[in-house]
Amino acid sequence: MPSTNYGSKRLVVGAHYGMRDWLSQRVTATLMALFTVVLIVQVLLPGPMGYDKWAGIFAAQWMKVLTFVVIVSLAWHAWVGMRDVWMDYVKPLGTRLALQVATIVWLVGCAGWAVQVLWRL
Amino acid sequence: MASSERPVYRNLSLGQLVAYRLPMAGIVSILHRVSGALMFLLLPFIVWLFDTSLTSEISYDRFASAFIAGIGVLPGWFIKLVVWALIWAYLHHFIAGVRHLWMDMTHSVSLQQGRSSALFTLAASLLLTVLLGAKLFGLF
Repeated sequence: MPSTNYGSKRLVVGAHYGMRDWLSQRVTATLMALFTVVLIVQVLLPGPMGYDKWAGIFAAQWMKVLTFVVIVSLAWHAWVGMRDVWMDYVKPLGTRLALQVATIVWLVGCAGWAVQVLWRL
Repeated sequence: MASSERPVYRNLSLGQLVAYRLPMAGIVSILHRVSGALMFLLLPFIVWLFDTSLTSEISYDRFASAFIAGIGVLPGWFIKLVVWALIWAYLHHFIAGVRHLWMDMTHSVSLQQGRSSALFTLAASLLLTVLLGAKLFGLF
């Protein structure tokens, strides 16, 4: 780690903040937990499980919006978590930056795909 | 960098990692991380499951047959095993996460509370994993 952390020596792969990540991690987690409960309740409602029931759950507009919120929450949550993992275990800055960029590509790609699935239904 | 003089312990050998006996809360903590990383790595597979199960009745059949006939060279039992691992990861991550929220909200941070809530996390996630695994592999 460089002892100077400003100007051209600025550490670009640090967190720079703590409270915001701590809070966003909990807010996104709570949203995903609520989604999980809402989904389980709908799956357990009477009726045979199959394509019609499953697709019907995600056909409702409010469920689409909630699912969209959860997709964004998941990407954000996983970004904070994975960046913590890279910061803990990968010390060379170049490698760490490359892994962080790859993480963003991975998460944004998956989130985009999931959103596409959601709105072509 | 306020504390650049902090001691740094790096390059622990694998033998040291295995010999190091973690407390119950430490086991829950490292598994929280492992389960999160596992779900992150398998995220494209999860979105694929979401896609094929929802897009059409034809794709739904493809989704369902993945658990029986498999996908390409991967046999069905292997897909089930991967999904079972994801089920464990989700349950552990979920319960360990709720444990964090509970600790934050009620300031339940004594040694004893940490130990018993960690034990609960492990027991509940493993029990539910076994139950859902039995369902997944068609035992009931």
